[in-house]
Amino acid sequence: MGLEEKLPSGIMLTTVEKLAGYIRKTSLWPASFGLACCAIEMMATTTAKYDLSRFGMEVFRGSPRQADLMIVAGRLSNKMAPVLRQIYDQMAGPKWVLAMGACASSGGMFNNYAIVQGVDHIVPVDIYLPGCPPRPEMLIDAIIKLHEQISDTKLGSNRAQIIREVEAAALAAKPVHQITGLLA
Amino acid sequence: MFGVNGSGDTSGFGGLVRVGSSSGSSERPYGSYFDEIADDLERAYPEFNDAIEAVVVQNGELTLHVNREKLEDVARILRDNPKLQFEMCLGVSGVHYPDQTGRELHAVYPLLSMTHNRRLRLEVSVPDSDPHIPTLVEVWAGNNWHERETFDMFGIIFDGHAGLTRILMPDDWAGHPQRKDYPLGGIPVEFHGATVPAPSERRSYR
Amino acid sequence: MSFDPYASSRETTEGRVYSVTGGDWDELSTEIGATKEERVVVNMGPQHPSTHGVLRLILELEGETVTEARCGIGYLHTGIEKNTEYRTWTQGVTYVTRMDYLAPIFNETAYCMSVEKLLGITDQIPERAQVIRVMMMELNRISSHMVCFGTGGLELGALTPIFFAFRDRETVLDIFEEVSGLRMNMAYIRPGGVAQDVPADAVSRIREACRDMRKSFKDNETLLVGNSIWMKRTKDVGYLDLAGCMTLGVTGPILRAAGMPWDLRKSQPYSGYENYNFDVITTDTSDAYGRFLVRLGELEQSLRIIEQCCDFLDKLNGAPVMVADKKIAWPAQLSVSADGMGNSLAHIREIMGESMEALIHHFKIVTEGFRVPAGQAYAAVESPRGETGVHTVSDGGTRPYRVHFREPSFNNLQSTAAMCEGGMIADVISAVASIDPVMGGVDR
Repeated sequence: MGLEEKLPSGIMLTTVEKLAGYIRKTSLWPASFGLACCAIEMMATTTAKYDLSRFGMEVFRGSPRQADLMIVAGRLSNKMAPVLRQIYDQMAGPKWVLAMGACASSGGMFNNYAIVQGVDHIVPVDIYLPGCPPRPEMLIDAIIKLHEQISDTKLGSNRAQIIREVEAAALAAKPVHQITGLLA
Repeated sequence: MFGVNGSGDTSGFGGLVRVGSSSGSSERPYGSYFDEIADDLERAYPEFNDAIEAVVVQNGELTLHVNREKLEDVARILRDNPKLQFEMCLGVSGVHYPDQTGRELHAVYPLLSMTHNRRLRLEVSVPDSDPHIPTLVEVWAGNNWHERETFDMFGIIFDGHAGLTRILMPDDWAGHPQRKDYPLGGIPVEFHGATVPAPSERRSYR
Repeated sequence: MSFDPYASSRETTEGRVYSVTGGDWDELSTEIGATKEERVVVNMGPQHPSTHGVLRLILELEGETVTEARCGIGYLHTGIEKNTEYRTWTQGVTYVTRMDYLAPIFNETAYCMSVEKLLGITDQIPERAQVIRVMMMELNRISSHMVCFGTGGLELGALTPIFFAFRDRETVLDIFEEVSGLRMNMAYIRPGGVAQDVPADAVSRIREACRDMRKSFKDNETLLVGNSIWMKRTKDVGYLDLAGCMTLGVTGPILRAAGMPWDLRKSQPYSGYENYNFDVITTDTSDAYGRFLVRLGELEQSLRIIEQCCDFLDKLNGAPVMVADKKIAWPAQLSVSADGMGNSLAHIREIMGESMEALIHHFKIVTEGFRVPAGQAYAAVESPRGETGVHTVSDGGTRPYRVHFREPSFNNLQSTAAMCEGGMIADVISAVASIDPVMGGVDR
């Protein structure tokens, strides 16, 4: 019937999109970018007990230009925010951002003059990881979920289409404080 | 402990009212090694009565309230006199008492004598309109960053400090964040159907 | 010539500034050569793999020699001191534990000690609570020193120590988790005692962990002590003698490596440290290697203290861990159940079903907190990095008026210039690693 029938054994067919997604997700290089408490748990994730190298990700790059995943591990102060953005800009695309911990995701318990209330004010975040600090297992879980997200990423015009759709949906959505739900 | 006092408002919706404490001078004997310190300082420093505004013993700790004009002299004697020998100054802690008119800003210096294994606290108070205190970096070099931090957070100007710039906040920051008249900041948190105000705007249980 | 957005120079009032964020090195060095000036200012950090977090170092170099070293800090300033003023005294523990995040128990203990001083209940803290505090502090000292070895080794290019160090750290963190429910930032020490008693079988497991750790500490010891590469990178590097330490207010392993046996646990005992047998480790080399040896020696002393704590805990089995005054003590008895940690079911039954007064009391003390008499207090503990002092001011209310931490990291980091100037640029890394600053503590 199709092309598959005529192939010799040992040959697999896939789409360019899936292949690119597979390759991208399996060679994620995190930037070593630690801010606070979460950075220590991030370090623990790479060591023997949790062993991030099982997922091919143990090589943290010192230079952002060699990295494509930024794990924002810890609270981000107003003084550090421009630095974070510069590092993000220096990373080569395609790149992803993981907001690790409550402070990076939302400012956490530090709702005050010094702390940026979530790194999504500064850089686009692909995955949020709760916890204060999250356990290494949670970080691994977040990374695996990010892998899934990456391998499903569309390419070319399909991607542009999705970005347009998401943008339109976000503009049309009700602001959070107007949404009535369990609390209202 | 519990129950109504002051305004009678126990709901907390009266807002955050803060009253600073001020305690008078303690009477002799101060107890512990505190009398010795006071005596030794008095003997070594004839202007003791001019320089020391109050001697407070509280919670087993001795605090000398020092006149800012004499601060450097007192500090030098405390460091160099063999009977006192406070070799280490453990930084500066600023406190802002907006209600104490004329002495709103306090700088607190905890001292440590390793030779005699003693602790002492110096406290200097200055008005908000004239927030100048002589620097102690010449006496205890380790105070350098601590004084910069107190300047950054409270706006106390340490005269004679070689590089009194902001240390923790960005250089272009406006205001001194840990003063009482500076809001905690933060933004209201949005939930579905509800907004939680920033902590400084929430009710108080005073 | 193609346009490179990352390599550019611009004129300012100070002269020509080169931003070295990329570009062709040959071009750049010719340009620098044209100015006939040997002085190069190198900015290191705040994002740099070997600056221990978000420390920024501004180094002025002549060739490879550092002529001036300055620190830029504040990149992790969190406003914790201000935040505590808006929470109750008990909630303050949750904030201060996140300052020096490698030594959470020390922050909590120092803070609680100063609150207890203000309350005047220092001598009413139950003995069992004091023993638990000491045990947790010493365990924390081990886990903190382990990060120092691990990251310090990593920064000097030794990749193996971190694996041994974090293995031992995980042993300690497992104990923390079993006792307090959390690996880091536990908020376990509370004004008046500790949040909950240690689980029944924990003591025997801690003993076992001590035995294991005593054996496994040897791995890093045999790897680094006397290792010629390690010695060359650390010996006579980051030199700061006793006079320098005293004038800069430096405490902790740096002071002890300069030969001064100053340890608050011995000289001004708190939490019952006078009841334990241990030695104060010193060396007289005043260099990075000496500081490493001091930390290594302290591990063994910590194990000794923990084992004595286990004996005390056995003796004090069933004794209270919270102050008897119900107006201060946390009302709920926490317990570890199948779904994690929470209030004990017996307590819930009492306040929800049996006693209205107990419910009111619970509600008042949890939401409003207790009042602390007006005044100020200073309490200090010997943290892994030196004297952690807390200056607390109360106005008689249910919240702190001012909490100020005298962080050893903040103070000790000042000595960077004294340690690095005149040395080689590679030694800066070694010196900073030997100070072991934690930026969460420096910036608060």
